[in-house]
Amino acid sequence: MFRNNYDNDAVTFSPQGRIFQVEYAQEAVKQGSVVVGLVNKTHAVLVGLKRNAEELSSYQKKIIEVDSHMGIAIAGLASDARVLSNFMKQQSLSSRMTYGRPLPVDRIVSQIGDRAQTNTQQYGKRPYGVGLLVAGVDESGPHLFEFQPSGMTQEMLACAIGARSQMARTYLERNLDKLESSSRDELITHGLRALKETLSQDKELTVDNTSVGVVGVAGEAGRGKIESFKLYEGQLLVPLLEALEAAEAGETKEEETMEVDS
Amino acid sequence: MNHFPEAWGRPRDDVYGAYNPLYLQTTGPKAHTQSPAVTGTSVVAVKFNGGVAIAADNLASYGSLARFTDVKRLRKFGESAIVGFSGDVSDMQYIDRLLESIDIRENYSTNGNTLNAKNLHTYLSKVLYKRRSEFNPLWNHILVAGFDEDKKPFLSSADLLGTTFSAPHLATGFGAHLAIPILRRLFPEETPLESISKDEAVAALRECIKVLWYRDARSLDKYSLAVVTEAGIEIQEDQQVEAQSWAFAEAIKGYGAQVN
Repeated sequence: MFRNNYDNDAVTFSPQGRIFQVEYAQEAVKQGSVVVGLVNKTHAVLVGLKRNAEELSSYQKKIIEVDSHMGIAIAGLASDARVLSNFMKQQSLSSRMTYGRPLPVDRIVSQIGDRAQTNTQQYGKRPYGVGLLVAGVDESGPHLFEFQPSGMTQEMLACAIGARSQMARTYLERNLDKLESSSRDELITHGLRALKETLSQDKELTVDNTSVGVVGVAGEAGRGKIESFKLYEGQLLVPLLEALEAAEAGETKEEETMEVDS
Repeated sequence: MNHFPEAWGRPRDDVYGAYNPLYLQTTGPKAHTQSPAVTGTSVVAVKFNGGVAIAADNLASYGSLARFTDVKRLRKFGESAIVGFSGDVSDMQYIDRLLESIDIRENYSTNGNTLNAKNLHTYLSKVLYKRRSEFNPLWNHILVAGFDEDKKPFLSSADLLGTTFSAPHLATGFGAHLAIPILRRLFPEETPLESISKDEAVAALRECIKVLWYRDARSLDKYSLAVVTEAGIEIQEDQQVEAQSWAFAEAIKGYGAQVN
């Protein structure tokens, strides 16, 4: 009757040393629509593809501002993501209240990592069914972290999670050298291009289904000051999508001339 | 007039009649946490161009008894913050343990301890305010010296009620009455910080400590002096008040055995 004897709870290992409930949770992340994150020397960018459950419904939110210096992009169960983002918001607020300091990004990431790990070791609990990309700035500059339901967290230069995210990761790996030295706007364009790679044939990036979050350190003038987290959705996206088109047009032209040369 | 200590601060019997002892509670809530026992006196601090200097003597008094003469009332936090404590010494030690545990926790992070003096002062003022709201105050008045997030010199105070106060120079306890006027004369309000050198600031503090030793009966001529700059913290804990002259004492009349 049972296909698998070792997936009834999240605390039991299989004889092969696997914890199936955690692996299933990771599948939930792969079902979620794709989100991409990337950093350069000054900025961290999150880009997400929003889905609507049906034609008449609104689009599910993919990027959440946690504090003015930090935001998250979600792939997987949105309701689990809300629990985590509310926790992160509370911790950020409490850091500002008690210390007057924005919460360092690595601290909050390891905190949610610890919470998620606890869920994989206590009877009667289940892992979070969501993966996060956390982008933020602190005293040591811009950061991007990946969070998985297993409790694993990693700092990344660029990352993509969610459905068909492999295509985006391939793009990011190919262009990794360009990312670090890119400008703020170029970084956003790279993010959108990575996102576009994941789309199926009949889909396109529109102002409705795209979401962009940007946070960074302010220029040389304001030492230690930050460019607050900004969410681009709806009409705010128009210039970003135009920049994406322009970049792609420039690229194809370059390719054409190269063909002529050879 | 009744000069005995038990009459201090009470309505005069000859004016108001004898005090009805029924009003003095013999039973009631535990109150020994609401007054200090072993105490440190003033802490004095001055901001200068590129840092902050802070000083406190090494005495812990038990009432009017000079009980401990080697107590360090300036405590380091991280690499660029100093906390100076006056008031109850055991509460100081409690806060010191708090700070120690925060420092350890902060240093687990990959980026190390990023709490600056300003963050520390915010935190301590919240701790003090929480405790006073529980009617169980930490009986201290603290000065926090170091740098803020813009790397500018930072100096601020917090007291047992959680009240915070900031100024280019600060003093707690008796120093608030005796040292502040000296510092105000040396560095008037409009003096830009850039025009005060480290040596001037340190000399001013030594002068203040000397005056406090002359006139504050709960003070000591052995003191600690710390200087916080971008380069780090220099702390000297075995300073001695030099060039004492008690000649002025001859001119003081009206106290003690000699009345006229």
